[in-house]
This record gives sequence, structure tokens and C-alpha cells, in this order.
Amino acid sequence: MLAAILVMAAIGLVLGGILGWASIKFRVADDPLVEKIDAILPQTQCGQCGFPGCKPYAEAIAKGEADINLCPPGGADGVKRLADLLGVEPKALGEGKEPKPKSVAVIDENTCIGCTLCIQACPVDAIVGAAKQMHVIVASQCTGCELCLPPCPVDCISMQVIQEDVLSWKWRYPVHMMKRVA
Amino acid sequence: MKTQLFTFHGGVHPEQHKAESNAAPISVMPLLPRYVVPMRQHIGTPARPVVSVGDRVLRGQIVGAAEGYVSTAAHAPTSGRVVAIEACAVPHPSGLFDLAVVIEADGEDLSIDMQPLDWRALDPSALRNRIRDMGLAGLGGAVFPSYIKLNPGAQKIHTLIVNGAECEPWITCDDRLMRERAAELARGIEIMRHALGCTTVLLGIEDNKPEALAAMRGAAPPDWRVMSVPTLYPSGGGKQLTYLLTGVETPTGGRSTDVGIQVFNVGTAYSLYRAVELGEPLISRVVTLTGHVAQPGNFEARIGTPLADLIAAAGGALPGASGEIVGGPMMGFDLMDLAAPVTKAVNCLIVKSPSLFPPKPVELPCIRCGACARACPADLQPFEMYWYSHAKNFGHAQSYHLFDCIECGCCAYVCPSHIPLVDYFRFAKSEIWEREREKASADQARVRHEFKAFRLEREKREKAEKFAKAAEKSKVAGGADAGAAPADPDAEKKKAILQAALERAAQAKQTVTPKNTDNLPPRVQQEIDAIETRRAGVENTESQK
Amino acid sequence: MENYLLILIGTVFVNNIVMSKILGLCPFMGVSRKLETAISMGAATTFVLTLASGASYLIDTYLLGQQLHYLRTLSFIVVIAGIVGFTEMFIKKTSPVLFRVLGIYLPLITTNCAVLGIPLLNVREQHNFLESLFFGLGGALGFTLVLVLFAAMRERLEAADVPKPFQGVSIAMISAGLMSLAFMGFAGLIR
Repeated sequence: MLAAILVMAAIGLVLGGILGWASIKFRVADDPLVEKIDAILPQTQCGQCGFPGCKPYAEAIAKGEADINLCPPGGADGVKRLADLLGVEPKALGEGKEPKPKSVAVIDENTCIGCTLCIQACPVDAIVGAAKQMHVIVASQCTGCELCLPPCPVDCISMQVIQEDVLSWKWRYPVHMMKRVA
Repeated sequence: MKTQLFTFHGGVHPEQHKAESNAAPISVMPLLPRYVVPMRQHIGTPARPVVSVGDRVLRGQIVGAAEGYVSTAAHAPTSGRVVAIEACAVPHPSGLFDLAVVIEADGEDLSIDMQPLDWRALDPSALRNRIRDMGLAGLGGAVFPSYIKLNPGAQKIHTLIVNGAECEPWITCDDRLMRERAAELARGIEIMRHALGCTTVLLGIEDNKPEALAAMRGAAPPDWRVMSVPTLYPSGGGKQLTYLLTGVETPTGGRSTDVGIQVFNVGTAYSLYRAVELGEPLISRVVTLTGHVAQPGNFEARIGTPLADLIAAAGGALPGASGEIVGGPMMGFDLMDLAAPVTKAVNCLIVKSPSLFPPKPVELPCIRCGACARACPADLQPFEMYWYSHAKNFGHAQSYHLFDCIECGCCAYVCPSHIPLVDYFRFAKSEIWEREREKASADQARVRHEFKAFRLEREKREKAEKFAKAAEKSKVAGGADAGAAPADPDAEKKKAILQAALERAAQAKQTVTPKNTDNLPPRVQQEIDAIETRRAGVENTESQK
Repeated sequence: MENYLLILIGTVFVNNIVMSKILGLCPFMGVSRKLETAISMGAATTFVLTLASGASYLIDTYLLGQQLHYLRTLSFIVVIAGIVGFTEMFIKKTSPVLFRVLGIYLPLITTNCAVLGIPLLNVREQHNFLESLFFGLGGALGFTLVLVLFAAMRERLEAADVPKPFQGVSIAMISAGLMSLAFMGFAGLIR
């Protein structure tokens, strides 16, 4: 009986020693997983996921605090890539997280009063203007996050869906025709 | 000097159908009342319109200026008046509209003062700049701006290959061009040789064009080699022809310039001759019109000729026509709108009929027979690329070198299951490009977002420092109001301003007329009006797409 | 020397731990969705299994002997758990993505029956130290082999037109069964 206890204690002691050494030696300081998740997110910084930007959402996913299906601009494709990265089953986008068509914000120049509130709200500095001067949105930088809509006191910003043109046009998926069996 | 020919892997022998259109000489299209000159006729940035509606233009006048590096100019095909600058039908597989300058001909066909160039005395770089303004782009179908291709840059070009293979069935425009205008063409090739500074010139022509071969052999200087290559589609592919003639393989993902070889189409050489020796910009090209029409043949059509007029010039479509193909049957696409004009890329228009182009059989499952891999001239495995493109697994499709696919259509041609393989590859490619665009814009947004966060942080810090300093100062001065200083002295002021603005805006809404454009000096008002009309024009263009 | 070679070949092909002993099915089905993770899982298991075989031989021979043989299973599990813990920390440090991808299956190597089964088989077959090591290595290589083959198959299956009732795990099970049948062919290798 004593021998058995001693043997198990010895094994435990040795293993404990090794694991203790390893935990110091292989300490992980930073979590590079966040970067990888952040790279998949669309960077609209729109906050539709409930986090104040893409990076915080990535951190929450990495910690396992947030689900992967909360990002509407990323769409089903984004969810699938997150699932691939994290090795989990892909799932449908969450309730009320259906993606909208890609849009850019446009300022109605006749109504804008030059209050600079939208400039402060824009997460990517895509709005140019100064106090009492008309503001303009740089369409190529606009992520379509809609964060500039609520602060505008005169509701002069509207979202315009980006139309397909010859350059952005994509070849359609070939229609898969199966032979009908009579 | 080796005269040995090499053979590339794969290739197919589709029915030629060349005899329909190669018998008659090239006929020059009569002047039409209306031309549509699209701004995006080449690869790269579209040209920028430099005329406005109502302007009078002359033949050869620039209507669209080259914008950026990969771009080239567009010219008026005849003299007349600009009647519109708007989105028009263009020959594009999407059927979408694109910006074009519409010119109403005045019938006089007056030309600008065309100055021939003494190119032998001219520095190659000056020559290239000239060519850029002449609107030259590869007429074989890829329409890459020629002035860039004529710039050897860092790589030394030792061999110029002139592509007269014309391997696609039905098309005979290069054939006729070589037969009829061999001497001019040869002078164009000499200009290319001068610009590139290379010594060797190889001319590859498929052996189903003996007349063209003879004509070119007659016109070629003794130090060129005019080579007859076996008729095998796609021997006219740039990489395939390079291998055929030199045995040099173009590296994956690279261009032939990486191995010191530049390839030009014969049509481009002819246009180069016209541009340099006659001073005439690229305003016309030879187009094959064939298929189910009364008199198939080749037409020298001005750029901007509506395709409907082209068909009419060939006696019109015969009864029972079932659509049109732009380009050849292997690589071309179905035309959506006959109002679309001839562009620099349009080398052929085929009118279809059910007997010539029977409807595609139904697609059956892939049986992995490997026929596509045996036919692939790019040494790829199309069945693997199809497997993953079909499943939208683009990463794997790319790992099978999807982007080395030249979309020649050999795989789809031989497929016993009638799978439109090229359609799948084009789909996968455009999805991958889209994804890359999205990735690029996401990266940009990330950088900008991070910079904004950094900037806010910095401003906060600086403000705090300023206040600390101010507080210290007032303490030193022993001011009585030091304690009453607000956290942000600007806050009150800002609030007041904002309130005032809000009130003004509310008023503006009530009075409907926006207030910030009232009571303007007439000069400013004029300017605004001008901007508004321009904007209306642009918006019209957008909405018509 | 020939003996060791035979042990290797025997464990990798003929008596493959997954295909003929039907051990370690949990990670076999669970971590075979992607080729990359399958390779990593195979590597991790190989590392754990080889070490565990050696360590358990030493414990069994020098610590337990004949009197304490009833402690065998218990002590083996403790050793395996220790080694897995070590591997876990190592992977977390070197490849956080892999750590996340392997997820629950990494600590589950502890309860991977193949990892316990091989040391126990070692004892039953009365292997010496080197034989135990080779038996462990061979078993793990066999496990890795089928895992990687199976993952490659599943990756292709994902792109295939599978009839609806068979989609997902069911087609994976069917392929696993077919693969097991194929591995039976190796039974004729040694006579």
C-alpha cells in the first residue's frame, strides 16, 4: 500500500516538475490569433456586431466571448472563413444580421450645415470638411458603416447602393443544368 | 540560326470556317451618321473625356485622353459634333453600359493635321509618348496599351514575335490584312523593332494561310524569319506562339518579356505604321463579319461603328439568325445589344444560326476522364480547377494555377460531359479578384481606422498638456478664477454655434429652399449652376447603366 | 534490426491502430476536416504516443514491477496526461491558430484510446524498451497516415455533389468504412 502511494506520488512529482518548467518556458504573452481573425473581418468598423469596431470583435471571438456570426458586412462568406480558421462548423448569420448591399454615404450638399459631427463619427476619416464648410465623403474610402447617419442634426446623409459597372462586374456562376430523366 | 519548331502541349482542331470570309478583299465601310466611342476600350484606366457636348471634332482628334500609366487615348473617327457623353451599350459580356462619346458625323470627314513622324531619328521614349496619344492598343483582343509594351524597361528584349497565327475559327481579319497590306505591315514591324531595340524578328503564321505567308515572305527583309506553324488551336496564344517559335516557356504568372521576348499582333503592327508614318491615330480596324449573313467578309470599320451597321454592310443577317458572338467561337462572348460599337478589341462578329451554332447540350457530371488535361495548352489540370471552382473553393482552385489559364476554351471543347469549364474558371477568377479588391479596401480601412484612433489619442494628450500648462500659468498669476475654469473652454462656444446652426437648418427645412445657397453673388451662383449641370450629366450616365 | 522494421511495418499497415484495431476513432472523425489540421494532429499524437510508450515501459518495468501491476492503467493515464499537457503548452506557444483549430481534440489526446491502448499492448506483448518505442512510433505513424489520407478525402468530398441524405458525417463514415476495407488488404502482407 505504502509502495503504491509512494510510486504515484513520485510520478506526480516528476510530471508536475516538468509541467511547471514548461509553463514558464512556453508562456504566451500576446494572442496572435486576434490578428488573424481581424484580417478576415471587413474592417467597416460599423459596430453592427455589438462591439465598437472590428478589432474588439476579433478579440472577443478569440477569447470565445462572441459568436462568429455577428458580422453583417462580412456576410455568409466571412462567417465561413472564420469557421475555417477556428475549426468550427459554419453557421448562418445571426438574427437581424442580414447583409445589406454595399453602399456609400452621400452628403446632400444643399442641406449640410457644416457641423463636423459626422467627421468625428467616421471611423476611417473618409469625410472631408471643416466647421461651417460643406462636407464631402470620399467615396473610395467610405466603408458604408452608416455611423455618420445618426449624429447628423439635419439628416443630410443618405446611403447609396453601389451599382455594378463594367469593371466591378463578375462572371456569373454557370447555370448547372442536369439532364431530365424522362 | 535554328529553324526548328517546337510543339506545345494539347490544343484542338475545331472546324476552320475561314473560307466563308477570307475570299473577298477588305472593304472599307462607308461613312455613317453616328459613331459611339467608348472610353474603356483598353486594359487599364479608362480614357477621360476631353470634349463636351456640342463640341465640333475632327477626324483623329482626341476625345478621350489617356489617364494614368496603363491607359491610352480615344479619338474621333470622323468630323462632326459631340451629341452626348453618356453610358452607352458596349461590347462586353455583361451587357452593362459604359461611358462613351457619341459623335454625329457631318459628312465632310475633315481630318486633323496629321503629321508623319521621322521615327528613325526619334528617340524610342519620345516615340512611345507619341504612340500613347495615338491610342494604340493590342488589336489581337487583349487591348493592352501598346506604348507600354514597346517599352523594354528593365528587361532587355532580344526577340520580337509578330503574331499572325490567327488560330480562332471563323476569324480572317489578320489573314486579309497580311495578304493585302504586307508592305505597310512590315514597316510597322520595323518601327516596333526600333522602339524595342531588339534584333531578332520572328513572324508566326498558321499554315492554313498560304497566301498570307507568301505575301509576308515577300515583304519581309532578309533578316526576319517568317515561319509557318501547324494549324492547331491555340497556336496564336501569346505564350503558345512564343514556345512554338523559340522553345522558351513563359514562367507561371509572368509575361513573355520576363524571358526577353515581346509579342505583337499583326493588326497592331499595321496600326503602328498608320500612326507613325501617316500620323493617323487608331480610328479604324479590320473586323471580320461572318456566320449567318448575306456576304461574309472583312471590313475596315472605324472605331465606334455600331455593330448593327456593320451587319447591314455585310448584306444583313439571313433569316433565322439567333444572336451574335463578339470575337471567335472559342473565346468570344454573346453580344447583348446590337447598338454596341466596334471597339479596338473587336476583331470579329459572328452572326449565329441554330445550324451553325447548335444550342449547347446539357451539362453532365464530370467523369474525370482527363480529356481536358490532355487538351490544355497551358499544361493545367482543368478537371481539378473545375472541381474546386464548381464548389466555390477558390483557394484550392488557385493552388491548381487557375491564373495561368488563358481561357482558350480547349477544355470545354473536348469535354464529353459538355461542361462549360471556361465559364467556371472566369467565374472563379472574377470572384477571386473581387475578394482581393475587398481585402485591399479592408486593409486600407484598417490603417485609416488605426490612424484615427492614434490621432484622437494624441489630440487628447496634447489638450491635456495644454490645460495643465494653462492651469499652471493661471496659478502663477494667482488668478481668482483658476478654480472655475471649465474643463473645455471651447465647449460652451461650440454648443452655441451648433444650436444656431440647428435652428438655421430647421428654418431651411421649413422654407424648403436651402438656405446655404441663398443670397449668393451671381458669379458663385453661375459656378454652382455649371457644377449642377455637369453633375446631372454624370448622374444620368450612372442611372442609365 | 529486422524485428524493429517488422514492428514498424506491422503497426503502420497490417495492424493499423485505427483501421484494424478500431482505436482512436474520436480524433479520426473529429480532426479530419482539413488536411492541415490532420497533419498537425498526427504530429502531436506521434509525439505524445512515442514518449508515452517509452515512459510507460520505464514505469511499468522499474516502478510497478509485478507487485503493483494493478496501478498500471492509473499510472499510464497520469503519464499520458502529463505529456499531453506539455504538448499543449508547446503548441499554444508555437502555433496559436493550430491550438485553436485542434481545440478540444488536443487535450482529448489524453483520452484517445489509441494512446492508452498502445502502452497496454506493449505490456501484453512483453516488448522491451526499444520495441516499445518502435511500437508506439509505428502505431502513431499508422494513425497519422490514415488521418491524413482520410482528411485529404474529406477535403475533396466537401467539393463533391453528395446526395442530400449522405452529406456531412454520413458520407465520411461510409468513406471510413471503405478505407478500413482497403486496409484489410494489408493483412496478406505478412504470412
